[in-house]
Amino acid sequence: MNNAAVFTGELRSFLKFFLQELKPRGKWLTPFNVISIPTIILGLIILYFRFTEGLGSVTNLSQQFPFGFWIGFDVMTGVALAGGAYVICFVVYVMRLEKYHCIVKVTVLNGLLAYVFYSGALVLDLGRPWHIINPIIGNSFGYNSVLFLVSWHFLLYMIVLFVEFSPTIAEWAHWEKLRKFLTGLTLGAVIIGITLSILHQSGVGAMFLMAKPKIHPLWYSEYIPLLYFVSSIFAGLSMIIFEGSISHKVFSNLIGEKTHHSHDEIVLGLAKAAAITMFVYYFFLAFIFMHGDKWKFINTPWGYWYLVEVIGFVLIPCFMFAYAVRNRRLGVIRVAAAMAIFGVVLNRQNICLIAFNWYAENRYYPSWQEIVVTLMVVFVEIWVFRWIVTRMSVFSKE
Amino acid sequence: MDRRQFFLTTATVCAGGVPANTTRAEEVKEPKEFSAVLVDTTRCIGCRSCEVACSVTHGNYVPDIKNDGALEKVRDTSEKQWTVVNRFETEKGEVFVKKQCLHCWQPACAAACLVNAMLKTKEGPVTWDGDKCMGCRFCMVSCPFDMPKFEYSGWNPKIQKCNMCYDRLLEGKKPACVESCPTDALMFGQKRELMEVARHRVYSHPDKYVHHIYGEQEAGGTGWLYLSAVPFEKIGFRTDLGTTPYPEYTREFLISVPLIEFGVPAFLLALNMLTDRKDEVQENHGWKDE
Repeated sequence: MNNAAVFTGELRSFLKFFLQELKPRGKWLTPFNVISIPTIILGLIILYFRFTEGLGSVTNLSQQFPFGFWIGFDVMTGVALAGGAYVICFVVYVMRLEKYHCIVKVTVLNGLLAYVFYSGALVLDLGRPWHIINPIIGNSFGYNSVLFLVSWHFLLYMIVLFVEFSPTIAEWAHWEKLRKFLTGLTLGAVIIGITLSILHQSGVGAMFLMAKPKIHPLWYSEYIPLLYFVSSIFAGLSMIIFEGSISHKVFSNLIGEKTHHSHDEIVLGLAKAAAITMFVYYFFLAFIFMHGDKWKFINTPWGYWYLVEVIGFVLIPCFMFAYAVRNRRLGVIRVAAAMAIFGVVLNRQNICLIAFNWYAENRYYPSWQEIVVTLMVVFVEIWVFRWIVTRMSVFSKE
Repeated sequence: MDRRQFFLTTATVCAGGVPANTTRAEEVKEPKEFSAVLVDTTRCIGCRSCEVACSVTHGNYVPDIKNDGALEKVRDTSEKQWTVVNRFETEKGEVFVKKQCLHCWQPACAAACLVNAMLKTKEGPVTWDGDKCMGCRFCMVSCPFDMPKFEYSGWNPKIQKCNMCYDRLLEGKKPACVESCPTDALMFGQKRELMEVARHRVYSHPDKYVHHIYGEQEAGGTGWLYLSAVPFEKIGFRTDLGTTPYPEYTREFLISVPLIEFGVPAFLLALNMLTDRKDEVQENHGWKDE
């Protein structure tokens, strides 16, 4: 028996298995499907016009606002909210806190999909996307560019997340030997992944360092990279809490009894970490505010808007987390997580769109097409997530 | 890790850091100075010949300067027109100001570009290369003068901005706008010479000019220099840009990258070893069993 024949046989049986798995399971007419399918179809139609008629045909981008909702929300915010993957990997694999082991797989999967879809949404926004390969293949390296660093780190981090998640795929495909090999790569992947995350989370912020004269001084500081990094930690933690509470309702049949019970303890632990990180973040903001002597901007509409973000969606959820951990109020934790997530969304929108060119007379508002395409990206991601968790052992069965 | 491997790793990491060292322009002495243009706004009569010459040379939209009444409002350059002349009413009467890319000494757009599509050529002009550009528009976000313009219509958009007639410069000619100027409001040369001319004019007519040459220091110095009779903020210039070359703002961050890339994994590995309680647990276990 030669090896090639064995291999083709294996491949054929896997393809058969894969096609079998590709078929949908369960009911078709769920409320989520009823909303998401038309949105995805509409989004695809909009994208057809975007790629034939140009960005201007579907977006409100202008010469003054070159970055719009697709960058400001999908990429900037999506990447921050996907920060949970590196935080949990740090906790479980580097600090060896076994308590959080049962949420590693789902968090890494969420991170992987978020990067694939949200930094993938970057391609929609590029004017000449067929040149996206240029910074990778080496015919023109812009070493001086922050974006060069960010794009490389996005790519490498996606590979790292895939390696971290790959044992689950190997398990699903019944490749036992490969699974063992891939599991052995995890610690290395985690360490590289955390390093890449520190750099690209802050790098996304560093992209705005040269936009100094355009961003309102309340939001601009030379510490933007540090702020982006710290906020990605609690954004990620809040997102795990938020997603976890939804997953435990929607996919409750996939989650084992023991994990279900330990979930409360996990949420309390994450909330504690979020409270502390948010307070550090708030302290940094206050320090930068005092150090930059920014009092003179406070009593203006921009100042009030700044306070809404910093007090309303950083300090208040921070105290809510702290209060809820002390009194074991899981409901409050969920509200605080939602507020913290909104706060990070708001911060990224402020720097990228709202307080950007704040003196401009013609403001930028996303067009409905930009919003539909963003929803499409989110929905497709949820579809893929649902497809994977219902087939692979992502949630702990214990 | 043995010694050989250690040296290899160190060498690789150091080699990785090398390209970052050549980003500071002032450390590299250019044998030839960058080309520059001096704009004397007191001489400009607002005829807009430069607009026409520019568009004809580069195949852009040619304005109907006799009838379009474009001076009525302040315009910006666009993806169709690389240069425009604006009229400002000031206490010293009408002032006309030509606007185009200023060709910074250390351009933010070129530092922003991840594929070197925006390039500071050694002749001075900042040029754009469509074979490299991926249309991310990060140059537009970074440019303090908002000069790069993007074609939002069309499937194959370009970044449009003045390239100081780079092709003409290579042929030894002046930029088209300079050649078309009937009043010598535009003067082509090297920056050092033009600075002397500009200072001389201010010196010999101290009442006629404000004592500032826009572009000498702004954003680290630009290739286009301006003289004016009225303060620059009154004729559409931003005077709050500072004198720091814009690439400097990201420099510290970029320098920290190799440090973090090398330091953090080592730190994490150390933490991972530190928290390894396998032996401890076994010991306790053994002790209990006894």
